Amino acid sequence: MTEKKSEKNLISEKNLIIKVKNLTKVYNGLKAVDNISFGVEKGEIFAFLGPNGAGKTTTIKMLTTLTKPTEGLVRINDYDSVSQENEVRRSFGIVFQDPSLDDQLTAYENMDFHGILYKVPKDLRQKRIEQLLEFVELWERRNSLVKTFSGGMRRRLEVARGLLHHPQILFLDEPTLGLDPQTRTHIWNYIKKLNQEEKVTIFFTTHYMEEAEKVAQRIAIIDHGKIVAQGLLNELKEQTKTKSLEETFIALTGYEIRDEEVK
Amino acid sequence: MNTVYILWLRQLKRYFRSKSRLIGSLGQPLLFLVALGFGFGPIYQKAAGGSYIKFLTPGIIAMSVLFTAMFSGIEIIWDRQFGFLKETLVAPVSRMEIMIGRTLGGATVAVIQGTVVFLISFLIGFRIKDFLYLPLFFLFMLLIALLFTALGTAIASKMEDMHGFQLIMNFLVMPLFFLSGALFPLQNLPRALTTIVMLNPLSYGVDGLRGALGAGYQFGFSQDFLLLGAATGALLVIGSYLFSKIEL
Repeated sequence: MTEKKSEKNLISEKNLIIKVKNLTKVYNGLKAVDNISFGVEKGEIFAFLGPNGAGKTTTIKMLTTLTKPTEGLVRINDYDSVSQENEVRRSFGIVFQDPSLDDQLTAYENMDFHGILYKVPKDLRQKRIEQLLEFVELWERRNSLVKTFSGGMRRRLEVARGLLHHPQILFLDEPTLGLDPQTRTHIWNYIKKLNQEEKVTIFFTTHYMEEAEKVAQRIAIIDHGKIVAQGLLNELKEQTKTKSLEETFIALTGYEIRDEEVK
Repeated sequence: MNTVYILWLRQLKRYFRSKSRLIGSLGQPLLFLVALGFGFGPIYQKAAGGSYIKFLTPGIIAMSVLFTAMFSGIEIIWDRQFGFLKETLVAPVSRMEIMIGRTLGGATVAVIQGTVVFLISFLIGFRIKDFLYLPLFFLFMLLIALLFTALGTAIASKMEDMHGFQLIMNFLVMPLFFLSGALFPLQNLPRALTTIVMLNPLSYGVDGLRGALGAGYQFGFSQDFLLLGAATGALLVIGSYLFSKIEL
């Protein structure tokens, strides 16, 4: 029932920048992701929620070509994630759940390194690095080694870096994990601004339901490797007769604590 | 091409910025040169071997190239642990380019390290007669460096975390060094030991360095060059293959 209803919400197949069909990932006989299908429209902010170990990170890894699906299809920006790996990689930027900066390099060097890997021409690269470091308020610190940065500064730098090659999609895997409320607000402001001004499609995961409630336009909830609900925020609330996303989430995924699988 | 360059440059920047690594990695060869060189020198001389410092120095240079190169290769584990590996693996570049850049970077660092030890050895009395063969000296250093950076990469591609690092140092790197003829001549050794030394690719590297620095070949230039070159080629292929198979 819910499956059918949400299929209707995918207004038009043509507008989907992320298409996932029957995606499955098996690790050592265990289904981490179990036959999921969903779509993300161009220009929207999409929240991908679920308890620990539900399959969020595995899904992101498959969407971003870091892991190959056991079965199923992923199309990003109309490219196939397995056969057109490089086209897919150029289409998105990513902020990983764990830090991924080289802390022996400066902020500028980390940006420059990224720009060269993504073949951004030199003039454009320099301009873009300045613009992005200004955007996340790190331009003054561009020549400091990243190891001198706080957690919040590192996150901001990672957001800036993920945008350097003008991706159409930005994946954010728990971007505000472990950050203070000030930094969290800042980071979401950057992201919303980015979505509005540069029309970047945002795909994020988080455990902070109030954040998802504030920024997400559409939501999918995954549990035990399966998508248990997807749709607009209001639809999900109506479906479960709850008032806040936090309640919706609990209603859909239960109270039980999950043992996270470490892969 | 730019990808290879930036990965190469990163290895160099990391090396020169890590002061503790720079100093630490020079202390050990210096200790070996002084303690062994002067310690065994008189006996070696008495046994009509000539100057032990002259014999030992190429061996110690090979050692520091070996250690530095292995470490550079194994650094991938650190990159995995601290997340930077993901940044390179998710970029639209081929694994091959990443592998080439990293390996060249690691090998360059190892050659620099070997050169510094070479220069230091002059302070404790090492001399060479003929500077004509210096290009050969650099050639052999480069081959050793590439070989063991690739070996380190191959091992690190299969390792999940840093716990195995000590194991590799004790059961691979140390035996490779001690059983390479870096410290002793190969004449009249027990047969088993000779066999092991002959199977160790580093032995040909050590011998090549020794020949190039005028301390005399035991195997000969062509044998050293061909066997070391073949081992290096093979390890580069294996390393690239295993690196291309890394999944996060």
